Amino acid sequence: MSVFSRGFRGRRQEGPPGRVPPGQYLVDDFPVLSAGPTPETPVEEWTFTITGDVDAPRQWSWEEFLALPSETITTDIHCVTRWSKLDTVWEGVSVDTLLEGVDTSAEYVLAFCDGGYTTNLPLEDVTDGKAWVAVSYDGEPLEAEHGAPARLLVPHLYLWKSAKWIRGLQLLAEDESGFWEALGYHDRGDPWQEQRHWGD
Amino acid sequence: MGRLSWQPATVTDAFAETPQVRTLELDVTGWTGHLPGQHVDVRLTADDGYQAARSYSIASAPEEKGPRLTVERIDAGEVSPYLVDELRTGDRIEVRGPIGGFFVWHAGLGGPVLLLAGGAGIVPLAAMLRHRVASGSDAAVRLIYSSRSLGEVIYREELDRLATHEGVDVVHTLTREQPAGWRGFGRRVDRELLAEAAWPASSSPLTYVCGPTAFVEKVAGSLVQLGYDPRTIRTERFGPTGR
Ligand SMILES: Cc1cc2nc3c(=O)[nH]c(=O)nc-3n(C[C@H](O)[C@H](O)[C@H](O)COP(=O)(O)OP(=O)(O)OC[C@H]3O[C@@H](n4cnc5c(N)ncnc54)[C@H](O)[C@@H]3O)c2cc1C
Repeated sequence: MSVFSRGFRGRRQEGPPGRVPPGQYLVDDFPVLSAGPTPETPVEEWTFTITGDVDAPRQWSWEEFLALPSETITTDIHCVTRWSKLDTVWEGVSVDTLLEGVDTSAEYVLAFCDGGYTTNLPLEDVTDGKAWVAVSYDGEPLEAEHGAPARLLVPHLYLWKSAKWIRGLQLLAEDESGFWEALGYHDRGDPWQEQRHWGD
Repeated sequence: MGRLSWQPATVTDAFAETPQVRTLELDVTGWTGHLPGQHVDVRLTADDGYQAARSYSIASAPEEKGPRLTVERIDAGEVSPYLVDELRTGDRIEVRGPIGGFFVWHAGLGGPVLLLAGGAGIVPLAAMLRHRVASGSDAAVRLIYSSRSLGEVIYREELDRLATHEGVDVVHTLTREQPAGWRGFGRRVDRELLAEAAWPASSSPLTYVCGPTAFVEKVAGSLVQLGYDPRTIRTERFGPTGR
């Protein structure tokens, strides 16, 4: 049985049907969640690497990365701290493009980032047009606290999976917990199933 | 660990800390304790079933009665004005938690510990400080706490009392308004203030920074510039950003 809150009305900005997952509310701004200081890697030192279970690792410099075919993505995002933001616009390189021609038997990836942050995902959650490495938000280069110069974007999962300050993907045969996943957050993080914490 | 579920919580006490901030003491069915720095999600339900939930840090030490929450009223907000202005002793809400395993300090981690709070960001850091004293730990702890004015300092008298304990220091800075004869700092926390008031980077403190996003960005960035190891700095951001 629910506990009713005497006199509580709420704002009831419920959003278009089917767009706001359970337990989420809509925001217009863009709150920030990070575990530590914002890393500031100069783009001259930045690289993006595909490693792990691959025949030969791949690496791009910032310039090479920007030369890859990119896409504009308009999508809703959902943070485990309960805010959702609709119709955000990003520019980025599809993970499919980064993995093109990579021969692997891996079923998982671990995204690794400046600052030591990692997050784990099943390979199928980042392929087939479901994930990007984004370099711009709302027509502007990413801001430092939002992941500059590049962040993963996996909009169908809670936003901690969209790792900021990303530097590469490690392909793995077996699932390995990332940073928040080892600290009590759900291994997969599907907002529609409210997979927030362990056991959800 | 089992699934976290929503638990009914009864408000056993509610009192003003400042004109904008109120502390709620809760009695939660089946509460199994927490670590200093953790938070809960709070859920409100309107009589027609509409619900809204937000996160609130646990203010109390594990050794104390509670949990207690301390909430700042965000004027245009959906949940915080209700918690600050409407909720009364005897009312019930729902909580889910405790949540969070990273922004946590307990006596077993030792010191020195450097705590940096902006505004309501004091809440989880105060839980750490209360625990430091209540547990009898001898870890050296220094709190640097930024408020706009003296009247907006949360837990002021209690912080004064905690600071009388050996090894506990509390440094205030008031960014907008300083009373006559004020002997603390009178400006925002920046690199110079940290160089003067914080444990030096060479003492390798465990560092916790909490407050509005802009405060956390500025302070954590300044600490890194001053040579603190980024891996020893843990942050929690409460507030919004521009866009
Ligand atoms: C892990 C965690 C712990 C938290 N602990 C605490 C705590 O101990 N005490 C506490 O008071 N709050 C805490 N917060 C913030 C809290 O969860 C809510 O975000 C806050 O109470 C605002 O909720 P609301 O429903 O009143 O406003 P909303 O309806 O969510 O927001 C209304 C408007 O106010 C803006 N806004 C939201 N937050 C702030 C802010 N802090 N300052 C200025 N503008 C803001 C929003 O951008 C929006 O435009 C914590 C947040 C997190 C993520």
